[in-house]
Amino acid sequence: MENLSTIERILAAKQSLPGALLPILHDIQDALGYIPPDAVPSIARALNLSRAEVHGVITYYHYFRQTPPGRHVVRVCRAEACQSVGCEALATHVQSALACEFHATSADGDLTLEAVYCLGHCAVGPNIQIDETTLHARMTPEKFDRLLAELRSKP
Amino acid sequence: MSTTFYIPCDSTALALGADAVARSIVTESAQRQLDVTIVRNGSRGLFWLEPMIEVVTPRGRIAYGPVAATDIPSLLDAGLLTGGAHALCLGPVEDIPYLKRQQRISLRRVGVTDPLSVEDYLAHGGTLGLHRALGMTEVEIVKEVTDSGLRGRGGAAFPTGIKWNTVLNASALQKYIVCNADEGDSGTFSDRMLMEGDPFQLIEGMAIAALAVGATQGYIYVRSEYPHAIAALNAAVIKATQNGWLGDSLLGTGKRFHLEVRKAAGAYVCGEETALLESLEGRRGIVRAKPPLPAISGLFGQPTVINNVITFASVPDILAQGAAAYQSFGSGRSRGTLPFQLTGNIKQGGLVEVPFGLTLRELLYDFGGGSLSGRPLRAVQVGGPLGAYMPESQFDTVLDYEAFAAVNAVLGHGGIVAFDDTVDMLKQARYAMEFCAIESCGKCTPCRIGSTRGVEVIDRLKADRPGQIELLRDLCDTLQNGSLCAMGSMTPYPVLSALNHFPEDFSRRQT
Ligand SMILES: Cc1cc2nc3c(=O)[nH]c(=O)nc-3n(C[C@H](O)[C@H](O)[C@H](O)COP(=O)(O)O)c2cc1C
Ligand code: SF4
Ligand code: FES
Repeated sequence: MENLSTIERILAAKQSLPGALLPILHDIQDALGYIPPDAVPSIARALNLSRAEVHGVITYYHYFRQTPPGRHVVRVCRAEACQSVGCEALATHVQSALACEFHATSADGDLTLEAVYCLGHCAVGPNIQIDETTLHARMTPEKFDRLLAELRSKP
Repeated sequence: MSTTFYIPCDSTALALGADAVARSIVTESAQRQLDVTIVRNGSRGLFWLEPMIEVVTPRGRIAYGPVAATDIPSLLDAGLLTGGAHALCLGPVEDIPYLKRQQRISLRRVGVTDPLSVEDYLAHGGTLGLHRALGMTEVEIVKEVTDSGLRGRGGAAFPTGIKWNTVLNASALQKYIVCNADEGDSGTFSDRMLMEGDPFQLIEGMAIAALAVGATQGYIYVRSEYPHAIAALNAAVIKATQNGWLGDSLLGTGKRFHLEVRKAAGAYVCGEETALLESLEGRRGIVRAKPPLPAISGLFGQPTVINNVITFASVPDILAQGAAAYQSFGSGRSRGTLPFQLTGNIKQGGLVEVPFGLTLRELLYDFGGGSLSGRPLRAVQVGGPLGAYMPESQFDTVLDYEAFAAVNAVLGHGGIVAFDDTVDMLKQARYAMEFCAIESCGKCTPCRIGSTRGVEVIDRLKADRPGQIELLRDLCDTLQNGSLCAMGSMTPYPVLSALNHFPEDFSRRQT
């Protein structure tokens, strides 16, 4: 119910923008952490689109998620510049440290692991991003373990 | 008297701990009862020295780096406030050879100013281009840009003036200016540095484009991976509007131009201009067939100028200094400067804006200092994920668009990714195919299916199955010739260059 009123508020604010769908989806994901499936009919109605069209857009873009993420989202860069300084070994380590694969959430619901293809810090890789704005350069397995312990110890 | 510090707010500097350094300076100087003022600037782009802080002294701005928060007490003990000697002291920032040897035009203010300070912008030549453009006719502005020789910096290097002229000559009630800030290529960050470090210049460039073609609405489409750039742009748009650089009456002339920042959603192919327009319109980012060109039928079917961040950011200076000044830099048909980005396994990674005409080797060794690992550099990928891998025998290639094309390579957006001799080129070729499979928009079969086949062929090659190299070449041929856009048609660049220049990584598996 709460979600629905958030969605209605966002729709009212943004639906008249030209090309409103992406701004609306971003606002919903920013507010709720994901785009709940039951938001689709309201969005479709507000923008005069079919549900299939809205669904198609949500699933096309890597950034949008349809299920709630863990408490934190960890994005590991796996693109070429980070590869040249060992991001694949880091990626393997991160998966075993979290005991989950990419595009999945650890069993305790603490962390969701995502791959990202370049964060724009390619001179100081391997790079990772935690949640939306926290960045860490020159990541190593040891540094990652410390970071993970810190994240998990915070309420 | 208060001492002024510059501490970058650039997101690479943040990733290296610049905020903690700033906090440490505040607390340590408070304890010592020192009066300091902190300005958050963009980055100079000497990333191996970040966090690099600068202190303003009578001798100019003195740089220190790379500084950790824990270094601050010892730096203050050494007389940091007056530019005192210390192991981390780099001397006057402008004298650092890496910077001194550059010719900064599009990023001239980045790292120098507070990115959101209107006073700083004006004090460093901001709005001169816009002022001059407002006194010119549309045709004159377009001619100035054409005469400068500026070619698009997003990758395809199409002459900017010619594109603008097409939009100028198209008649429509509504025209648009769109900035491609999707910067998806690995090994690139010049757009990001500019947006975070000097967003007003991008805005000014777009406003000049609007005047040139008669557009009244613009959009900046920024990748979602760049939250700091998005925040800087949004703040800059508000300030620019308050100062009459945007809005209903540009500098009081009654000319209108409104600008909105839009956030992308993590699809590499949305950097392709027509996919980007689809995305802006609220659809899946599927590439459109051309013609019609976006210049004729672009956003919402209207004539649209779409250019890269650095392309727009080059325009204010071209207007302010004149086309001839810009044109005087460069090599062959590549005029002006390109902000190269030295990345990957490189000792001194960072931003190097220089005129076209140096060699790749000069960038890698004179600026970059060789590999980070200390091992020999073996392969260098230039121009993003769709760019060729170049072996040491090609390091003397001159950095201009035509010279690169002549060796089947591309300069693209100027990203340079260095690999040392531990690189497995078969793995890199496989990744190129895999990336294409992940990011394909799905419109054409060679790209959608062929890329997945490519991964399979390379896996069989790795497992020593015979005949796979011919299959891989056939597949590349199909991709190259049967794809609608460069995603499919250029994926063969990294694959074939890996295969051709580093056959030993493939053939030892082929008996
Ligand atoms: C798959 C693909 C991705 C692209 N990504 C970008 C990008 O991230 N940024 C960019 O400016 N151009 C990108 N381009 C090039 C654009 O299609 C277009 O040429 C450019 O925006 C035109 O601006 P310019 O003339 O100023 O370079 C890409 C092209 C392709 C095929
Ligand atoms: S080449 Fe690939 S990305 Fe380009 S239009 Fe075809 S399917 Fe889409
Ligand atoms: S490749 Fe990892 S940040 Fe660019």
